[in-house]
Amino acid sequence: MAHEETVYDALDLAHGGEGQWAFGTGFDDPLAGVDTTVPDGVDPADLGAYCLMLGDDALVLAQRLTEWITAAPELEEEVALANIALDLLGQARLLLARAGAAGVLGRSRELAGPTIPDEDALACFRDPDEFRCTALVAAPNGDFGRTMVRLLVATTLRLAVLTRLRASRDPVLAALAAKGAHELTYHRDYAARWVLRLGDGTAESSRRAQAGVDDVWPLLADVFSPTDVERRLAAAGVAVDPSGTRAEVTDVLTTVLRRATLRVPPWPADEAPAGRHGRHGPELVDLLSRLQGLARQHPAATW
Amino acid sequence: MVSRVARAIRRGRAEPPTRTVDPRAVAGAVVDPELPMLTLADLGVLRDVRTGAGGTVVVEITPTYTGCPALGVMRADLLHALHSAGFPDVEVRTVLAPPWSTDWITEAGRRALAAAGIAPPGPAPVRPDGPVPLDLGPTRRTAACPLCGSAETEQTSEFGATACTALRRCRACREPFEHLKEL
Repeated sequence: MAHEETVYDALDLAHGGEGQWAFGTGFDDPLAGVDTTVPDGVDPADLGAYCLMLGDDALVLAQRLTEWITAAPELEEEVALANIALDLLGQARLLLARAGAAGVLGRSRELAGPTIPDEDALACFRDPDEFRCTALVAAPNGDFGRTMVRLLVATTLRLAVLTRLRASRDPVLAALAAKGAHELTYHRDYAARWVLRLGDGTAESSRRAQAGVDDVWPLLADVFSPTDVERRLAAAGVAVDPSGTRAEVTDVLTTVLRRATLRVPPWPADEAPAGRHGRHGPELVDLLSRLQGLARQHPAATW
Repeated sequence: MVSRVARAIRRGRAEPPTRTVDPRAVAGAVVDPELPMLTLADLGVLRDVRTGAGGTVVVEITPTYTGCPALGVMRADLLHALHSAGFPDVEVRTVLAPPWSTDWITEAGRRALAAAGIAPPGPAPVRPDGPVPLDLGPTRRTAACPLCGSAETEQTSEFGATACTALRRCRACREPFEHLKEL
């Protein structure tokens, strides 16, 4: 081996030793060695569909956050947003791999070809109407103020779900939730501090933060509405019914906004789930075209 | 020294001991790719090393952060180190529960971090079973400067170059340093 000694040598060797290994290719199964047996009495299709909901929320929000890389107001914030995105991407990998292990792959498996891992096939070879994320995470970032408001709302919701999911009868979901809740605690506090700083900052920062709140609030219309899959799995002790998180979420958001001297808009009336059933606006199509473009044009590319 | 030998073996520049070698010692001496002053055993991510049926060495590791890309490198490094040490059949399994916390870092690991200029973590936060309370104040975490020892330090960013570190600055000696933040 002529190349320099780096921490990636063993990884490179494991992938042929040609120096072609790069992040994005040749990942190992993130659930290697984990027992992915579906609990008794649970429909694997339901479990897989639920993993896609939680996994797609994380994947799409991670993609939105990475759009700030090279564009954030300060280097530290860029690093912070990249870190949060990385945590969410890690959660997405496990959840999509869990969906794949439960047999929920759909056409993505044929389109991706046999060598692409399940989670990559699901991330890069599903069409927008096969994604199960909410409009809350798919919406464009807007300015930094709106980005922080959306991050606060999305992480508050996700933390409320994950703390409850720690008691899931599915040991994989329970373990992932226990770990993810620790990470989300950092994410939510980070976003909350920024909303405080912007809302209670200059006239301009406060105006932008309030505009962000007013833009994001309507996206809360369907986040507390359970799908039939969530209802069934919640009854079986596997999933969390999001309607049960409403009191905690509204309390946290109200607390932060009041402290930030921002006006709390009226809570939108509940609507039936849309994104959870694959009904999305053009912003998700746009996001996915960038997320999936390389993988679709050059499946299994190495460089 | 142990980790240096393991690294040399890993790079194929030292002869692996072929007899009476303990796979636990080999696996435990593999270092973290991003914090190479720490062995995987010191970092607390090595959960178990055992020899199973037919001589297969089964290694269990747990991720620090869910998305930490170092896990794939650790897996490859473990396989390579154990293969080089004369164990042809190795299986590296991921364990997700209980989740890793910085409390799993050993005393030796904490000393190694400090010696390398990285402030070791304090005790991990106590976590309620119910809703997680908001923390809106400036972070209460403290860390003594690993260079001059002063307690007068401030956080410059909660997120650093790796998933597990925050950035701090010492008010006494003015040096910036990394802090392995409590998780």
